[in-house]
Parts: sequence; C-alpha cells; structure tokens
Amino acid sequence: MDNMNLTLKIWRQKDQSSKGQMVDYKVTDISEHMSFLEMMDVLNEQLVNSGEEPVAFDHDCREGICGMCSLYINGEAHGPDRGITTCQLHMRMFNDGDTITIEPWRAAAFPVIKDLVVDRMAFERIQQAGGYISVNTSGNTQDANSLPISKIAADEAMDAAACIGCGACVASCKNSSAMLFVGAKVSQYALLPQGQVEATERVKNMVAQMDLEGFGNCTNTGACEVECPKGISLDNIARMNREFMKANVKG
Amino acid sequence: MALDSKVPEGPIKDKWTDYKNHIDLVNPANKRNIDIIVVGTGLAGGSAAATLAELGYNVKAFAYQDSPRRAHSIAAQGGINAAKNYQGDGDSNYRLFYDTVKGGDYRSREANVHRLAEVSGNIIDQCVAQGVPFARDYGGLLDNRSFGGVLVSRTFYAKGQTGQQLLLGAYSAMNRQIARGKIEMFNRHEMLDVVKVGGKARGIIARNLITGEIERHSAHAVVIATGGYGNVYFLSTNAMGSNATAAWKIHKKGAYFANPCYTQIHPTCIPRSGDYQSKLTLMSESLRNDGRIWVPAKLEDAKAIQQGKLKPTDIAEADRDYYLERRYPAFGNLVPRDVASRAAKERCDAGYGVNATGEAVYLDFAFAIDRYGKEQAKIHGIKDASAAKIYELGQAIVEAKYGNLFQMYEKIVDENPYKTPMMIYPATHYTMGGVWVDYNLMTTVEGLYCIGEANFSDHGANRLGASALMQGLADGYFVLPYTIGDYLSHDIRTGKIPTDTPEFDAVEKEVKDRIDFFINNKGTKSVDYFHKRLGKVMWDKVGMSRNAKGLTEAMAEIKAIREEFWKEVKVPGTANEMNPELEKAGRVADFLELGELFAKDALNREESCGGHFREESVELDGEQKGEAKRDDVNYAYVAAWEYKGEPADAVLHKEELEFKDIELKQRSYK
Repeated sequence: MDNMNLTLKIWRQKDQSSKGQMVDYKVTDISEHMSFLEMMDVLNEQLVNSGEEPVAFDHDCREGICGMCSLYINGEAHGPDRGITTCQLHMRMFNDGDTITIEPWRAAAFPVIKDLVVDRMAFERIQQAGGYISVNTSGNTQDANSLPISKIAADEAMDAAACIGCGACVASCKNSSAMLFVGAKVSQYALLPQGQVEATERVKNMVAQMDLEGFGNCTNTGACEVECPKGISLDNIARMNREFMKANVKG
Repeated sequence: MALDSKVPEGPIKDKWTDYKNHIDLVNPANKRNIDIIVVGTGLAGGSAAATLAELGYNVKAFAYQDSPRRAHSIAAQGGINAAKNYQGDGDSNYRLFYDTVKGGDYRSREANVHRLAEVSGNIIDQCVAQGVPFARDYGGLLDNRSFGGVLVSRTFYAKGQTGQQLLLGAYSAMNRQIARGKIEMFNRHEMLDVVKVGGKARGIIARNLITGEIERHSAHAVVIATGGYGNVYFLSTNAMGSNATAAWKIHKKGAYFANPCYTQIHPTCIPRSGDYQSKLTLMSESLRNDGRIWVPAKLEDAKAIQQGKLKPTDIAEADRDYYLERRYPAFGNLVPRDVASRAAKERCDAGYGVNATGEAVYLDFAFAIDRYGKEQAKIHGIKDASAAKIYELGQAIVEAKYGNLFQMYEKIVDENPYKTPMMIYPATHYTMGGVWVDYNLMTTVEGLYCIGEANFSDHGANRLGASALMQGLADGYFVLPYTIGDYLSHDIRTGKIPTDTPEFDAVEKEVKDRIDFFINNKGTKSVDYFHKRLGKVMWDKVGMSRNAKGLTEAMAEIKAIREEFWKEVKVPGTANEMNPELEKAGRVADFLELGELFAKDALNREESCGGHFREESVELDGEQKGEAKRDDVNYAYVAAWEYKGEPADAVLHKEELEFKDIELKQRSYK
C-alpha cells in the first residue's frame, strides 16, 4: 500500500477553563506500519517546525499496558480496532484520503486539562476508597503457598485485574458510567480469599466514591465491554452488583 | 572521597540479619515527625512509599504520570524470581545468589546480591497477601516457569503481565496510605533538582506539569526511584517519558554515577519497521522457553527472504541454522540475554537477517505447538490424533501461556505468529549501571537514597530475566525501610525542614533559569531532532559491540550534538502551562551529558563483561574462541564517576569487588 495523506480534525483547548474547538490539520506520507501515535508525532514535529504549538496528548509506555493514552478516534475510544489501546492502533486501519476525528475522553468526571489530555483523578480516588487489601507490607505474612486458591478463581481474578485504568469504558458509555472499571477492581478482590475479609466495606466505599465523582449509571448497553482494550467482561458489573447487594443485606 | 561500601562484617549468610539486629530504630512517635520524599512510583518507589508510610513516616511521593500505576514497571511481562524451591528442583537462596552473581558476570557486590536472594521469598508472600493473582496449578498452588541463564524454575508470573500485577499490588498498598493521609501523592509532577542543606539532601524542586508551577518540597531524606536511562538510545523498550533527569541531577550535585556502560540489550523485541519509529516493543523472554531461534543456513535463502521471495515456512529443516543451540548446546535458546543478543547481531551482520532491513531473526513456535499437542492428546486419551487435532491442542496451550504476547505481536506486525515464526531483534531494555549506592542504598550524598533500576548495585554487568522486579520490590519493601531508619534515627530532633532558605532559593533559581532559557531560545530544531541524533550515535558506537575508536568518536560527536542543542533547540509554548516539548527538552539535555559519560565509561573498561562487549577483548582460541573475555585482574571494580563540570572531565573512583563466597569463572553456557 502506498503511503497515505490524511486530514485530522483535532480538539484543541488551551487549558481547563478555556473553551475548546476542533481544528483541521493535514499530514502526508503516512506509512501503514506507523502506530497512530507515531502519526501524531509526525504532526507535532510538523507543528513545532512551523512555529505552532504541538497537540498535547497523554501517552507513555506505547505498548498498551500503562493505560495513559486516551484518544477518542472517529467516535470510538482507542479507535476502530478492538482489544487494543490507542498506542497499539496502526495506520493500516485507515485509508488514503481519510478524515480522522480525534477528541479527548468526554465525561463530566474527566475534565479536559489541555487539548486531548483529561484529568482521571476520579479513578484514583475510587481506588483510594477501598481498592486494596489491608495487609501491612512488612513481609511477615504467611508463606505464599499456605493458602491454596483454585486455578479457576485465580485466573478469573487475573482477568479482572487486567484492567489498565485507561477510562475507555467511561468515554464509551452514553451515561459516562464507571461501572466496568469499578466492577473489575471489586471483582479482583471478591474472587480471591484474601479479599473476603474486607469485601463488605470495600464494595460499599468504592461504589459510594464512584457516585460522588459524578459518574453515571449503568443501563446495560455494553459499549464499555466492546471498547475495553483489555476485554474486561460485563460479568464484572454483575459481580459488583451482587457484592453490593450482599453488602447492603449485611449492613 | 574514598568509596565506602559499608558492607557489614561476618559470613555472607549472616550479614543482613546481624545488620538488622544492630541498627538504630526510630520509635513510632518520632516517625510522625519525619518526612521522606520518594521520587518515582514504580515497583521500587511505590513499594518504598507504601512501606515507609505504613511504618509511620510522612511520605511525599512524585510521579510524572497521572497515576502511580502507570510507571514503566507496569510493562514487565515475564515474571519475578524468588528462591522458594516450590518445584523441589534444588533451588535455594544460595543458588539464586550464585546465579545472579554469575549472570552479572562477576561485577556486582556480593553482599547486596545475597541480601536480595534472602528477601526474595518474602516478596512472593507479600504479593500473594495483597491479592496479586499469580498463576496457579490445578492443585491451587503457585506455578513457576524457567527463565534464561539458570537451571531451575523459580519464576513466578501473572500471565504475561507480571509487572502490571505487582505494580498494582504496590499501588494498592500506596492507595491505602494515601487514603490515610500518610502518603501525599503528587501526580503529574517532575523532580527537576535536589536541594542540599549542610551537605545533606533535604528536599527537591519539582515542576507541576499541569500548571508549570515550580514547587519546593522539603524532607529529612530523599529517595530516588526513577528507573533507568535506556532512552539515551532514543529507541528503547522504555516508556516515552522514562528519563534520567532525577538521577543525573543528583549526580551533578555530588552523587557518583556507577558503571553507565552496563546496558542490557534485550534479545526478544519486535524489529524496527521505519524511521518514524518512536519506541521498540519487547516481548517477554519467557518466549524463549518454547520458541526456537533460527536464521536460514544458506545466504541465498536469507537474501530471498529479505526480498520477500521466500517465506520462513518454505525453508527446509536441514537448511535452518538454530545458531544458539549450535553454539551453546548446554543452554541453547535459554542463554543469558547479552549472549543471545550478540549472537543475533552476529548472524544479521553476516547477512542472514530475515526481514527487509536485514535486522531480524526468527523465533519459532511450531515445535512447541507440536510437542504440547502430542502431550495433550495423550492426557486426553486421544489415540491416533490427526496433525490438525494435535496442532489445535498444542495451540491452545501456547495461547494459554503467551496469548497476550502473540496478540500484541500480531497487532504490531500484522502477521499471525501461530502460523509463521515471529521476527525478533535486540533492543535496549534495561540499564544495570546507575547511581552508586552503599549497602544502605545511600548515595555519596548523605540522606540521598537511590533504589531499583536507578541504582547500580545488584545486577553487575548483566541482569538475569525476572530479576528486575525482584530487585525493585526487595529495595522498596524490605531493604530501604530498615536502612533509612538507621539514618533517620539521628534526625528525630531536627524538626521540619524549612523551604524559605538560601539553599532552596539557589536551586530553584537554577531550575527556573534553565526553563526560561528553553522557552526563550527560539532555535531552529525540535527536541526530538537532537534526541534521535544522540540515539544513533549511541546505538552505532556504544551499542551491542564497542571499540576504542568508535567510543572516542562517540564522545566527541555527543559533545558536538550537545553544543548544537544548546544553540539551536526550539521549544514552543510557555513555561506556565502543560508543555510536553519543554519536559522533553530538559530530559534530552540531561541525556546529552549522560551519553558522553556512558561512552567514557565504556572506553575506560577495556574488557568484555556482561552487556559490555569490547571487540578488543575476546578469547582468541579454544572452545570459547570469539566469546567475550573478562579481565578480572584489572577490571574487577565498580567504576563510580564524580561530576566535575563536563562529562569528559568526570573523575573515576574505584570500588574494588571482593568475591569471598564465589569463585570467579569465565562464564560458559556451552
């Protein structure tokens, strides 16, 4: 395939208090083997060289695990491919002459900091509310093998723990709900015996914080699961709901 | 200043225990009056911050990302070593100690490595208690895999994302302390310098990356846990933001920098595809457990593959060169990383590379799929299983083990690695060198500590797979919390450190002046332009294979790039806003100095050891002909460099390494 020429429509916003707008840019000679963010690098190099301010976007590991990158591309979180983050999206998913719309995550709980960078501190506060097991870190715990855990439970906990906290679920949800994220975090601990001791308090506190942050409700649309780069399953939301009901029955 | 490693007396197996029994402690009430700054929140910084806070100290933690969970430890895939001997295959603390010293090519400090091995088992206990979902067998006990350079299975793992799960464990411990108010977390903040008062580290100057505000933070001790300097090569497996600024800034303020030339070039990375490439992606070397590495045995076949005329599956078994199995029959595909990387470079330099750039070798899973398939057929009692059935059963096992790595590969390269061999090539991955620390993990500046990849101590000249996670967590959970207490026990009457002092004024001014310079310079070239040029010099002349001529040239070339950078660099925007170009400018300015010291260190070390290969120092004959040749008579020392204004003027201090418990041997994996 020959290299591509593309039109980019990108959200530009100076800072949190300024009003933003979509701005058009052209990039040329883009290889299909480039990653999406390498294409953004090309644009930014072009902007720097022409004396304009480059586009700010979050990114770090560029291998799909840190959860930093967060672009809403052509109306989809992390763009048109599935099971990947924006940094793993490759330009072979696009065609010469395409116009690509690039926006930040849109959610009341994720205010824009600059251009495509959003503030995800709400996720931090939810985890601080209970996303841990209260063991001390002295190392004087029991031997790791003194507590057998069924392989199935360990594997399921691992699947829930695969969440990278990027926020694509919130951005994809028409209600800006964080249920998939919180469900995954609650589930990891709910599935393991170590997590049982504090299960009641954990789910209540995390859900309360989630509500406080202004995330919306879940209406079972399932867009979050489709756009999740790590394939976090809707089962986690169901499990969280069960945990939450159990916790409320216990009081 | 003479280097004092402060290694305790006594037999090696008792040193750490005796040390802990005799250090000064700080009582809980006094801990509340002591502040500690931790910079970096990866495995080392995260676990240290959580543990220090839990002990009762007031911790201020800093990360340039928007969450501690995003530090690049998150990307470690394969696993974490611990001498649990759950497999009953003869493992012990001593063996882990021995393997690490040997793997490090006898250039690490024995006492530190032994301590690392001693606490390794505790790490696993700790992480399981935190809810880290390690892989388990059907009996519900923890599973292990084997890793390069060793003969036992001691690696614990969580699918292909062990680093993420361990970091989430440390992060959850941090969250618990953040909620209690014992850790004050500064996300999106970057440390730009350290502040010394009366010779002791007493604070830092940091920039708020959202507002651009320059902040002063004081503490009784400062801990640097900011990772390695692999991005000096521009292309590496590090995160885009990974940088050496904190480590380099403390070096310029008096911390010696040790063994910068010890860099690990990881053998199993996805090859480069073009000039636009921004980073390289590593695939866990656990893949080498089941993958076989080869190139075509005939040059004409290699040429045809490079031109796209032949596929790997077209090459007959007899025409393949499994060069690691050929050269190193005892370890085969599981030789240590430096050996595997150089062997790949040797084949590719000879013209046998297997992609368009000629810089790639195959990693083939066809045999593993077949082997596992037959095993599964037997387990499930399937008689006379068809080839297709065997393939299906085998693929399922390979998928369960490496599924996410295969998916990652396919997304990047657009080829299915179950059907066709993967292509791999070495890439810069980890830096064994770093800030010099003593047994207490303290640098040559009092009250200034350095842990994890940022320090130099445990891996010698080469790190074994699955040992980085072990060292980061050992330092943070189990070593630093003891050693720093011994130091802070003398600070219980000091009181809060004020920030409105001339010392803070002076350092803040330096930081602000530099930022103003960048903003006002109005040069002609972007930061990346200079970073890429530096990276090319480093890769070509200070990469996998080095010689005196190239290193001398590299020093001059890096100096020239640095001088041009300060004249011509262009940073758009202002200082008082989120400004990623400004952040990069500061980091690249530091890499442009570090790179020169790196080359100087490599030039000084006229031996081949671990990740440092000098073409002048190879075995000339015998079974080991052409292999790296170490020089224990002249170079069994740690090279710790003192800053003197220009990297080229750095002064060498030697810490002679003593090996009382392990006999120095030439490494052989034959």
